[in-house]
Amino acid sequence: MTTSAVFLVLSTFLASAVEVVETLTIVLAIGVTRGWRATLIGVAAAVVALTAVVAALGPALTVVPIERLRLVVGALLLVFGLQWLRKAILRASGFKALHDEEATYVEELEQARAAGQERRAGLDWYAFTLCFKATLLEGLEVAFIVLTFGASQGSIPLAALGAGAAVIVTASIGAAVRAPLARVPENTIKFAVGVMLTTFGIFWATEGAGAKWPGGDVSLLGVLAFVTLGSLALVALLKRERLRVAVA
Amino acid sequence: MKRFARFWWDFVIGDDWRVAVGVALAIAAVAALHHRHVAAWWLLPVAVLLLLYVSLRRAARA
Repeated sequence: MTTSAVFLVLSTFLASAVEVVETLTIVLAIGVTRGWRATLIGVAAAVVALTAVVAALGPALTVVPIERLRLVVGALLLVFGLQWLRKAILRASGFKALHDEEATYVEELEQARAAGQERRAGLDWYAFTLCFKATLLEGLEVAFIVLTFGASQGSIPLAALGAGAAVIVTASIGAAVRAPLARVPENTIKFAVGVMLTTFGIFWATEGAGAKWPGGDVSLLGVLAFVTLGSLALVALLKRERLRVAVA
Repeated sequence: MKRFARFWWDFVIGDDWRVAVGVALAIAAVAALHHRHVAAWWLLPVAVLLLLYVSLRRAARA
């Protein structure tokens, strides 16, 4: 397996895992309070819709010439990855609240208990729509990453494998413990995913713009090190800034 | 339609549109340098880190 193929699977696995953790929190809260039938039908409907998106767009993307694809996908991935990285750095430096699955779970439980009973198509409509939307929205990020990574690397099935493995592993653990996965180091994983998305974005956008990396694929490791160290330096810088403001 | 556009804007661009504009300009600069046969692989990593720094400083001050 090449360096970029390992990164491909690892990135889609980690990105999917954090999204599944977030979805699981909502699904568990709704299932516990409103019952499992409409909840699981909502999740299944969203999974079908997401699979259709990947199945429809995947083959279409493989027709686009690789240089053009890498330019567009690299730019998109870079902008998208910088969003993840920006939020992760703000969280790590204390400028943004850390994501707390326990707190989200309690909040969702309260809202689900307070919501009225409306039945449509024989389903608890609140449970169905909430779980459908939550799974679809979180899943769209995963689908975006699978399609962009997979298409640029010429292997959508490999990217889907990483994402699929994460869904199975995380959902199985969630089903076994029947509680939000608060012990998963979600904020750290988001930081790592942000770094990886940004690294791939830089790598492919540069190639797409025509420039050549010294050493080819191996320079991906250099870009990864540069983005990681740069991001950690920014965390340290912002932490110092925060302390300075607090003292003043 | 407006909500659909808003969703994709938030999904791809996010909180700071200036980062997206900066990325687009930096990629254009890489292409321009390559066109003039100048090695440009170093430009995007440096530009990205600078854009991130400026965006984070702005967010921290807000």
